[in-house]
Amino acid sequence: MVCESLIREGVEHIFGIPGGAILPLYQVLPEYKKLKHILVRHEQGAAHAADGYARATGKAGVAFATSGPGTTNLVTGIMTAKMDSVPIVAITGQVGRPVIGTDAFQETDITGITLPITKHNYLVMDINDLGETIKEAFHIATTGRPGPVLVDIPKDILQGNGVFNYPENVNIPGYKPNTSVNQKQIKRACELIKKSKRPVLLAGHGIKISKAYDELLELAEKCQIPVINTLLGLSSFPANHFLYCGWPGMHGMAYSNLILDQSDLIIAVGMRFDDRITGNPDKFALASKKIHIDIDASEIGKIIHADVPIVSDAKIALSNLVKSVEEKTHVAWLNQIDRLKNNHPSLALRDTEKLLPQFIIKELHELTNGDSIIVTGVGQHQMWAAQHYTFNDKNKIITSGGAGAMGYEVPAALGAQIGRPNEMVWSIAGDGGFQMTMSELATISENNLPIKFAIINNGFLGMVRQWQELFYEKSYVSTSYKGIPDFVKLAEAFDIYALKVTDKTQVKPAILDAIKHDGPVLIDFIVESEENVYPFIPSGATVQDMMEEPSSQEIKQ
Amino acid sequence: MTIKDTKNIIPTRTVTALVNDKPGVLNRITSMLRRRGFNIQSLAVGHSEIDHLSRLTVVVEGGDDIVEKITKQLHKLIDIIKVNDISDDNIVSRELALIKVNSDTKTRSEIMQIVAIYRAKIVDVSSSSIIIEATGDDQKIQALQNLLSSFGLIEVMRTGLIAMNREKNK
Repeated sequence: MVCESLIREGVEHIFGIPGGAILPLYQVLPEYKKLKHILVRHEQGAAHAADGYARATGKAGVAFATSGPGTTNLVTGIMTAKMDSVPIVAITGQVGRPVIGTDAFQETDITGITLPITKHNYLVMDINDLGETIKEAFHIATTGRPGPVLVDIPKDILQGNGVFNYPENVNIPGYKPNTSVNQKQIKRACELIKKSKRPVLLAGHGIKISKAYDELLELAEKCQIPVINTLLGLSSFPANHFLYCGWPGMHGMAYSNLILDQSDLIIAVGMRFDDRITGNPDKFALASKKIHIDIDASEIGKIIHADVPIVSDAKIALSNLVKSVEEKTHVAWLNQIDRLKNNHPSLALRDTEKLLPQFIIKELHELTNGDSIIVTGVGQHQMWAAQHYTFNDKNKIITSGGAGAMGYEVPAALGAQIGRPNEMVWSIAGDGGFQMTMSELATISENNLPIKFAIINNGFLGMVRQWQELFYEKSYVSTSYKGIPDFVKLAEAFDIYALKVTDKTQVKPAILDAIKHDGPVLIDFIVESEENVYPFIPSGATVQDMMEEPSSQEIKQ
Repeated sequence: MTIKDTKNIIPTRTVTALVNDKPGVLNRITSMLRRRGFNIQSLAVGHSEIDHLSRLTVVVEGGDDIVEKITKQLHKLIDIIKVNDISDDNIVSRELALIKVNSDTKTRSEIMQIVAIYRAKIVDVSSSSIIIEATGDDQKIQALQNLLSSFGLIEVMRTGLIAMNREKNK
């Protein structure tokens, strides 16, 4: 019944691991040839892979896990999908109904545990509800602001027979995502845009989710409004466009932060004013009025007051704005922005013989024509990847944003590669995060997925070390890894081709070798160990506190 | 009594909601309020006039901005059908309290007088105590409780506020 439901939802791939409670479901899987199951090595991998798959394809990702530890291992992945609005449906086995509540073997209250980290969850207690519940789960996961939905099914229901009722449509009285836009607010927004002398579009993940790429471009060009992306919004606007102005925040471009600070109107679309962008929200972009477009009404006014709130899907709101606004030019503002860009280059590389991580990313960008799908974990390598690999094409970066989940890079790359088999996937990994989920190398090898791993190996939990350097007088408590495995030998143990790079001159040949190799490749880049990410606005600070470049003392070292 | 004093300063708003009558729904609501750091003064829930739906009244601490955030977050829960902030409406709000207070033959008549003034009821009498049942809004219950406290409160139990809009054209 579950498999039949999944097929009706157009599911093709499932990531999971079987176990006692979910076994009845697994045993019938071979009868459904359209469903391809990817056997991961840890359930966190299943959830992250489903997430990577969903971000790469725009379809819901599906994860299976068994009761108890199987389900709790999903938790980090579910929370990551919740924070970044990613549609995944987790189907978990539960102990049989008669023993629920008795602390049976591998019993856990997974609906209780995932209550705050799912968009919604279900414990199915009647077999006749099963079809309708799964239909609802997919509907809730993929519509409105997407998010993870978990369906917990007791073993005796998976074993039982019932009436299979799979409704064509769903009617959930408490769930009606907005499908229109308030024309009064569109009119007010147009008036603000008309009056504005220094407008800026701040485009987030919502652009990619609602596929509003063309509408964003049209609005930007029609009114000559510069575009800044959020981290998750990267690759929603071509980086080679003259109106593109980078991304802001804690490690964003200095000029992007300054543009936001100096603008008189921020048109925020499909984003939620995360603290990594605003710093201290009481001092964020005080000179500007804000138009805030988001499908989730609770995000509007949560952190930053919206002068014009527009609760709407990004595509609908932007197409309405494009229709209604008057054409405009902002020559003086664009000149001012050019000066900011010239005075704050931000991403210039130091001239050094040392192997800098930034240099590797730049080379990678050049050698892959900036056309690969980039998957990252969390930390310094993520920031360097986002800074130095620029995206002209749509939906090319997959990264853990709100959750900041280290280890995301390995299983999410797995999911992305399965979702988009004809594109090259580069997983840019940190040595710390990689060690958290490297067991999925087995899955990757088993399925011969041609993912290319670039481990930015500095032997540290680099971002934490950077904070210790700047805020705790270089007291490197528990951030230095003494027993890092030899990643090349490790990859070989998984039958994956691997290379080690210790010198600047080896970077280009190694990347070219990886691109040529037909199958998964791992490159272990042994980089400068105490390199910092700049620019840097400390947590809760303001644009005035921005550290733009390494201090001169640091350069001498 | 210091707790009561500070309570009086904090502004409160009254929110009602129509919710699915399913296991775990109350858990979803309280879990969300707790995790987002919203404070509630009372929460009362019971069957509504519609099958499978319950009505809920929650009194939250905070001003307009807080209550707006709360209603938006409540609205996002799939099991919540409808949410209303009715604080500024013309509403009837009531709460039921059971108050057990020390009482002997000397104080009984005085307590009975107070009870009469507040249109409350005595529902149980023993040689050393009286149980009083009172309904009213928060202020009335609080005032009655304050008066009775001089006799020595043994136990107070309150249901939390429930509220309803008055019909507009009377």
